[in-house]
Amino acid sequence: MYSSRKICLPIVAILLAGAAGLAGAAEPGSFGYGSVATPAQIAGWDIDVRGEDGTGLPPGKGTVDRGAEVYAEQCAACHGTFGEGEGRFPKLVGGIGSLRDERPEPTVGSYWPFAPTLWDYINRAMPMQAPHTLSADDVYALTAYILNLNDLVPHEFVADRNSLPKVKMRNRDNFIWTDPRPDTMTKPCMNDCVNAADVRISSTAEGRNLTPRTTGPLDTMQQK
Amino acid sequence: MGRRRFLGLGAALTSSLAVGGKQAIADPAQESPPADAPWSQSIGAGVVDRPYGRPADAEASVIRRNVPWLTASAESSVSFSPLQDLHGIITPNGLFFERHHAGRPDIDPAQHKLMIHGLVERPLLLTMKDIMRFPSVSRIHFIECPANGGMNWRAAQMNSLQFSHGMVSCAEWTGVKLSTLLEEVGIKKQAKWAMVEGADGAHMNRSLPLDKCLDDCLVVYAQNGEALRPEQGYPLRLVVPGWEGNVNIKWLRRIKLGEKPWHTREETSKYTDLMPDGTSRGFTWLIDAKSVVTFPCPEKPLDGPGLYEIRGLAWTGNGKVKRVDVSMDGGVNWQTARLHEPVLSKALTKFTVPWRWDGRPALVASRVIDVTGYVQPTIAQLRAQRGSNSVYHNNSIQIWQVKPDGSVFNVQLA
Repeated sequence: MYSSRKICLPIVAILLAGAAGLAGAAEPGSFGYGSVATPAQIAGWDIDVRGEDGTGLPPGKGTVDRGAEVYAEQCAACHGTFGEGEGRFPKLVGGIGSLRDERPEPTVGSYWPFAPTLWDYINRAMPMQAPHTLSADDVYALTAYILNLNDLVPHEFVADRNSLPKVKMRNRDNFIWTDPRPDTMTKPCMNDCVNAADVRISSTAEGRNLTPRTTGPLDTMQQK
Repeated sequence: MGRRRFLGLGAALTSSLAVGGKQAIADPAQESPPADAPWSQSIGAGVVDRPYGRPADAEASVIRRNVPWLTASAESSVSFSPLQDLHGIITPNGLFFERHHAGRPDIDPAQHKLMIHGLVERPLLLTMKDIMRFPSVSRIHFIECPANGGMNWRAAQMNSLQFSHGMVSCAEWTGVKLSTLLEEVGIKKQAKWAMVEGADGAHMNRSLPLDKCLDDCLVVYAQNGEALRPEQGYPLRLVVPGWEGNVNIKWLRRIKLGEKPWHTREETSKYTDLMPDGTSRGFTWLIDAKSVVTFPCPEKPLDGPGLYEIRGLAWTGNGKVKRVDVSMDGGVNWQTARLHEPVLSKALTKFTVPWRWDGRPALVASRVIDVTGYVQPTIAQLRAQRGSNSVYHNNSIQIWQVKPDGSVFNVQLA
């Protein structure tokens, strides 16, 4: 008995180790698929910037004046000469103090909480037709220009990895980063839940002419 | 006359009528049986006539549709699933709603790679072949854009099921658990968050708590049994079950672990909920319980009084749907609908209830209760908490007004 137990245990251990390897890798590299990413590869892909403190912002810098030049060439067609937005493209400027209004205007000036996020977004997504074609300096310059249009920085401001995280955005302290939901509480009443006489239609989509057709070819309707 | 003799007579009559050629064929809708329709009097197309296959020609109207006036361009826009013509809980791949931020990239899978790095022991670069070698799982989950219903926050605007609720779809996803990939790279103990990023022109990115990544997130390459469609993230996307569509990063190219969230543009400037007091809620990822009656609806009116089956869909990011109630009188009285199997966690769930319509005006609505006991609210209850400028997460009870002629309209109640 003693000897067979001694033999069995290592076998069980080997079987368990094999099963663990298939079922779920406990140790890094258990599967061994793919290749370890080299520092050079990581550097090539590692573009993200943290909004709150600017971690990840690269070397480089840009002035408001240089930003105005790049903006006129790369951005104004959609966002308007002064950030007012063409057509339905987003406004970049204005709306300050409007967030409690009936029609709020959330913009970089009125809504965005962190300046480094602006650098990150321009760098990762703009200009829309040719993303990832601007130099780090030009992205800094555009960031400086848009912040200046919103009166968040003076005309002499130079944007770089040290100055951007220090820009105090107007709406920074008005975000709650923990979800307070559920924020509606109801008991599922089944009968006579409301007085039938009180059931009144307050709003109808009938006749509003906002709905594209849902049969036949795609609709091209524009807002009336 | 016996039944057999009668049928024989019918057949004889039909063949004598057919002698005169095609002209003599009676209108099959009027005469059949026994009259034959043209498709019964000819040989059909052979196999591989349509090697991939496509819907019947008569279904050509069942397509994703957009609201051209809603967005500045089609490349940063959304399309809606035709829920009014779908049956069951699975959305066909060609009808799954779309949301792009920089258009749909057409990616060469041989060149696509996923990098996992940051606070990890062993940063990895994985090819599609590498990813497909990991143990695979298949799960059925819905994805809903949190702006679904956003156009109805202020008032009833879209007179359509497709445009009021069509930014939700559901599919069987196949891929590898994100936890498997993260265990393979080794998570450093300081890591609390993951940044997930797409390979599209916008390099769309979001922050996710590590706990959610390890809980049930999937890195998938297949949808309803076939490779992902390009508009759904081919060759690789993230599925974050029960959380808002935007975090389900398509064309997934990079996952980076860190200590803190990134506060990206898509989780500050967008996908935050503006409250009446001027504050905003951020990181509101959960899709709260929601349901909608899919028949009747504005696109599918009633055809005169009689017996109907009310049909609908319910879903919740909290897990399973527990119960759905339906009201025909705008919420005065409710009756519990039948849930159809399978009732899956974080998946669309089908419900039905029979209804004998007497031809009088009706206000049809559904209300879901999920496993946590959460009850779908009215739009008035939501507005009381959040005003009408929060854009996202409108999961309110949908009211369909049925008029005596059977037509159906999107309305809201005071």
